[in-house]
Amino acid sequence: MAQNLQAVGDVAPSQQQSQLDADAGQAYFDHVMAEDSRIEPRDWMPDAYRRTLVRQISQHAHSEIIGMQPEANWISRAPSLKRKAILMAKVQDEAGHGLYLYSAAETLGTSRDEMMGQLVAGKARYSSIFNYPTVTWADMGAIGWMVDGAAICNQVPLCRASFGPYGRAMVRVCKEESFHQRQGFEILLELANGTPAQKQMAQDAVDRWYAPSLMMFGPPDDDSPNSKQSMAWNIKRFSNDELRSRFVGMMAEQVKVLGLSLPDPEVRFNEDTKKWEHGPLDWEEFKEVLAGRGPCNAQRMERRRQAHDDGAWVREAATAYAAKMAAKNEVAA
Amino acid sequence: MIPTGSQPSQAQAGSLAGVGPATGSQPSQAQAGSLAGVGPASATRITPGNALRPEDIALEVQRGDVKPSENVGEYALRLGDDALILAQRLGHWISRAPELEEDVALGNIALDQLGHARSFLTYAGAAWGKTEDELAYFRREPEFRSAHLFEQPNGDFAVTIVRQFIVSYYQFELYRRLTDSSDATLAAIAAKAVKEVDYHRDHSAQWVLRLALGTDESRGRLLAGLRLLWPYVGELFEDDALTARLGDAAVAPSSLRADFDRLTDEVLVEAEIDVPHVPSALGGGRRGQHSEHMGYILAEMQVLAREYPGASW
Repeated sequence: MAQNLQAVGDVAPSQQQSQLDADAGQAYFDHVMAEDSRIEPRDWMPDAYRRTLVRQISQHAHSEIIGMQPEANWISRAPSLKRKAILMAKVQDEAGHGLYLYSAAETLGTSRDEMMGQLVAGKARYSSIFNYPTVTWADMGAIGWMVDGAAICNQVPLCRASFGPYGRAMVRVCKEESFHQRQGFEILLELANGTPAQKQMAQDAVDRWYAPSLMMFGPPDDDSPNSKQSMAWNIKRFSNDELRSRFVGMMAEQVKVLGLSLPDPEVRFNEDTKKWEHGPLDWEEFKEVLAGRGPCNAQRMERRRQAHDDGAWVREAATAYAAKMAAKNEVAA
Repeated sequence: MIPTGSQPSQAQAGSLAGVGPATGSQPSQAQAGSLAGVGPASATRITPGNALRPEDIALEVQRGDVKPSENVGEYALRLGDDALILAQRLGHWISRAPELEEDVALGNIALDQLGHARSFLTYAGAAWGKTEDELAYFRREPEFRSAHLFEQPNGDFAVTIVRQFIVSYYQFELYRRLTDSSDATLAAIAAKAVKEVDYHRDHSAQWVLRLALGTDESRGRLLAGLRLLWPYVGELFEDDALTARLGDAAVAPSSLRADFDRLTDEVLVEAEIDVPHVPSALGGGRRGQHSEHMGYILAEMQVLAREYPGASW
């Protein structure tokens, strides 16, 4: 940007100059928004836009990292070696998603260490869905099919988010999520066609994960204060309720293939609005879990903290080694 | 962000599991279907690349193209059990590693080991008409043939790295030679495995150096790990009647020792560490005699499968 280049000179830019830069930056930003084009890390952006993105991307990264735990819970007990391999690869993918997302957030000027510090200090949020326990093997299927399915509905539009690094990270994340969803569906399909006890296990998991996965889209539109601004910034493309309705429609069709049912007699397609509808959700429960009072909040945080603390000496060793090698190379050069 | 070694074989691990991004050359759908032994009914398109997968071996067994002798089966059981028990141990690190890069790396290594286990066990099972899962989930402890090193607890990160260091240098020498086996299937499994284990060597060696030369604490922990696990090295290199009977089909474990010592010593010298002088542990894993740890590993691994015998997953 020409305006920024002019500001770099022998003399520190005056306050007036900064104001001119900000004005030009804002004009450029507004232009990008109007064109539905992309903002890149070095472009000028409003502080609130930057803050919103750091919050959203880091929460998304934290969700991937905490989200490893409920599924890692079944790696050691997966009932066939092939399922064990698939599950390991899936949980490992989630670590990879966390890495891309932290990297995308770092381009906005917040380091991964700082974001990780906020997570283990309990100052950052992650998706409340991961505070529910995985009590049977069928939960691996329900998480893949429903939780990852909801994530895909949410994340496919994010591939077009106005902030370039976020959108590009989401493209890869979404590709892998679609494998995850299919493997979850396949687990449930196998169970639903298995013994009566296996089918019951599958139905029970669908029953338990249904409402929490619908709530992954966030509060109803009339109770979602940040949505409007995010949509104006081309970060969010569709409202929470719109995405939730689409997701319900997908589930309603796919559950028939499974030969299972959704635990909601009010699911229907409204011919007038051309939208899928569902029964009432318990938003009090959502708020409780979000506030840290869900079934597994304390356990998930404790595990993350412990891994972080137990690993401190390893990170210190790697840093010390890198410094020693750098010093050695300097001497050699 | 910490500087870690190069990432192990993501693409290979991914294609083994049938998930992850498709990489490398992609065979046609029809070819993929016939290789995998699955029809178009599967919701997942299989893109195996050129890698040998356990499903390929199972198909060859079904068609009657390969049938190992009981001796070869018993040998494959040893190699498969080593890899399986290690994968079970390593899998525990996923979501608990010191840094995200290590969640990914240790997960990859676990996945590679599990892939090797599946291939060896599928082939071993053919000697007795059993599947990989029947062998993994429905054998009793004395029927497992893994050496004691593989069942040792993860300990702290240094202990896990020492175990990886020993295992990867041992397995590399073993698989490298096994590619010349007179048994074509063992040779093919080894040819795939050796490439992956080469990355495992790199990963463990780089961490040995970082921990040894990093801080006083990391060095102390690494030395403790070496003292703890070096007694289990000897068992890996013991010949017995089975390896003698197998001749060219197998590799005599004792023939690997000199290269193992030389190559591990190169790393330890750079790390300014002497090989620990510790007495050998008793061993006995190849005869089905295991340490106290094994029962818990199997109990956890087998619990669900045994709750639903005969079920399909």
